[in-house]
Amino acid sequence: MTALVQVSDLVKTFGTGEAATRVLRGLRLTLETGEMAALLGPSGSGKSTLLTILGTLMKPTSGRHVMLGLDLVAAEDAALTEFRNRHIGFVFQFHNLLPDFTALENVIFPTAVREGRETAAARARGRDLLVRMGLADRVDFPSAKLSGGQKQRVAVARALMNRPELVLADEPTGNLDRTSAMQVMDLIAEINRDEGTTFLISTHDEKIASLCRRQIVVGDGMVTG
Amino acid sequence: MLYALKIATRYLTASKAQTALLVTGVAVGVFIFIFMSALIGGLAEFILSGDISHVTITAEDRDPAILVHPDGAVLAVAERGRARTAALAEAATWTPLIETVPGVIAVSPQITGAGFLTRGAQVAQVSVTGVDPGRESAILNLAGYMHEGAVRLGAGRIVLGQRLADDLSLRLGQTLRLQSAVGVSAVLTLTGIYSTGNGMIDASSVFVGLPTARTLFALPQGVTRIEIKLADLNAADATALRIRALTGLDAVPWTDGAEQLMEALNAQAQTGYFLKSFALITIVIGVASSLLLSTYRRRPEIGIMRAMGAGQGFVIFVFVTQGALIGLMGGLFGAAAGYLALLPFPSRDAFEPGTLPMDITQGSYGLAITLTVIGAILASILPARSAARVDPVTAIGQ
Repeated sequence: MTALVQVSDLVKTFGTGEAATRVLRGLRLTLETGEMAALLGPSGSGKSTLLTILGTLMKPTSGRHVMLGLDLVAAEDAALTEFRNRHIGFVFQFHNLLPDFTALENVIFPTAVREGRETAAARARGRDLLVRMGLADRVDFPSAKLSGGQKQRVAVARALMNRPELVLADEPTGNLDRTSAMQVMDLIAEINRDEGTTFLISTHDEKIASLCRRQIVVGDGMVTG
Repeated sequence: MLYALKIATRYLTASKAQTALLVTGVAVGVFIFIFMSALIGGLAEFILSGDISHVTITAEDRDPAILVHPDGAVLAVAERGRARTAALAEAATWTPLIETVPGVIAVSPQITGAGFLTRGAQVAQVSVTGVDPGRESAILNLAGYMHEGAVRLGAGRIVLGQRLADDLSLRLGQTLRLQSAVGVSAVLTLTGIYSTGNGMIDASSVFVGLPTARTLFALPQGVTRIEIKLADLNAADATALRIRALTGLDAVPWTDGAEQLMEALNAQAQTGYFLKSFALITIVIGVASSLLLSTYRRRPEIGIMRAMGAGQGFVIFVFVTQGALIGLMGGLFGAAAGYLALLPFPSRDAFEPGTLPMDITQGSYGLAITLTVIGAILASILPARSAARVDPVTAIGQ
C-alpha cells in the first residue's frame, strides 16, 4: 500500500490572543490507499477539524498536508476547489443534500459542476450508483421526500460520483437508526473492498468503528492511538 | 455555465410565491417606467408636433434706402414699407430641393400678410395665408380640423376659423370681400370652416390659394415664407443648418426664440428621468434585498456546493443569473402590461385636448427591459459575492 495522505506537525488554532484555542497540536497521520479507518475521540478532541483540513475546506495554522504528492497547504482556493472536486468525497452527519433537487441530480452534482452541464454519461453513472445503494425506485424522487436512511445513501453515492481516492465521512450514521446505519456501513465497506476507495470515518459509535480495519484515536489535538 | 443556469432556474421555481412577488414588483417598476416614457414623450409630441413649422424660411425685408452725402452725413432715409414686399423669388427652385433633404416630410411655400375681411357692414382684421392647393394640411392639419365644408383651396375660395365665422355670422357658400394690406381686394366664396381649438387661429386666420394670395399681395412670383415639417422635430437645428448650406437661405429652426418652451420641455423631460430613475432604483433595491435573503436562507446549500467542488465563480454565476432572470421576466411582464394599458389611449395622430396624451410608440419598451435586466444583474452582484464568500465549514454546520 502507498501513502495517500500525509499530515505532520499539524497545528490549528482558532481565535487570537487570550481567546486563542489550539485544537490540533502537531498532529501526525498517514492514510494508505485503500484503507478504511475510523476516527475516534471525545467531543472537542479535534476530529471534525482534522476532517475539515483533510477535506481542504480549511487550512491548518501550520504543518504539512500532502495528498497524492501535492502540498495542499500552499495551494490557492481555486486549485483546492478543483482538487476537492476530483479527489475527495464527503458524507456528512445530516446528509446535506440539495433539497430542491432529485436524488439523481444530487448524486451527479460534483460531475455536473465540473463539466458545466449534466451529461448522459454522468446521469448513467449516477443512476448506477443509486441502484447500487438500493435506491433504484428513488432515482427521480425529490430528495426532500426521502427518508433519513435513503438521504444518507444518496449522500454516499454523491461522495463516490467522481471516483475520489478519499472519502471523508463525519458521523455518517450518527443520525440514523441501527438498521439504516448498518446498511450505510455495509455499502461503505463494499465500495472500499471493491473499488479500493480510502474511507476515513469519524464516529463515536464503537460498533461502527469496529467495522473498520483501523482505528485512529484523537485526543487533545493529537493522534493518541 | 449551462448548469449554473439550471440551478438558478430551479431556485426560482422552488420558491414560486416569492419569485412571483419579486417579478411582480419588478414589473410594476417597469410599468411605471413605460407609462412615464409614454406620457412625457406624448406631452412633448402634443405640445410641439401638432401644427408648428419645424424649420421656417422667411423672406428678409429690404433695408430702407439711405441717401448719404459725400462727407458721410446721412441726408435721407426711406421709411420701411408697412406692407411686406420682400419675397423668396426662387421658391419654385428651392422647394423641390428642400424636399430631398433627409428628414423633411413636407414643404409648404406660402404668401402671408395682413388683410381685412368684410361681410356687409362687418369688418375683421385677419392674417392671410396663401398656400399651394394640395398642400393645405402640410403644416397645420387643416383637413383634420375641418368643422364644416372642405379644406380644398382653389381660385376664389377661402377657408377660415369657426370663431371668425361666428363673429361675422358666416355660413358656407357665402361670398366675402378680402382686402390685403397692399390695397388689393378679392371677392371669395367661403368653402370651409375649421376649428383648431386655438383661439388666435380660429378668430383671425384665413387661408386662400396661392394664386389668390399672389393677386392680393401683388406678388406675381416667389413666396414670402417656406414652412418645413420634419419627421423628427428634435432634428430641426441640424436640418436647418443643412438647408442653409444647401440653399443659402436663412432657414430658422423652431427652437430659435423658443427658449422658454425648450426649458419647460427640458424640465418635463428631467422630471420624467427622475421618476424613471426612481423606478429603476426601486427595482434594484427589491432584487438585491430579495436575493440577499435568498443567499442567507441557502447558506447551507451554498456550503455543500462549495464542498462538492463548486468554485466561487460558479456560485456568483448562479445568483447573478437569478437576478438576470428576475429582471428579464419582470421587464417582459411590465412591458407587456404597460403596452396593454396604453392601448386604450388615442394614438399620437389623434391626441385630443382634455385627455392624457399618452404616446404608445414612445413607451421605450426595449430600453425599459434592457435597463431592468442590467439593473437586476447589478443588484444581484452584492448578494452573489456574499454567497461566494460563504465559508463551507460554517455553512454546513448550520
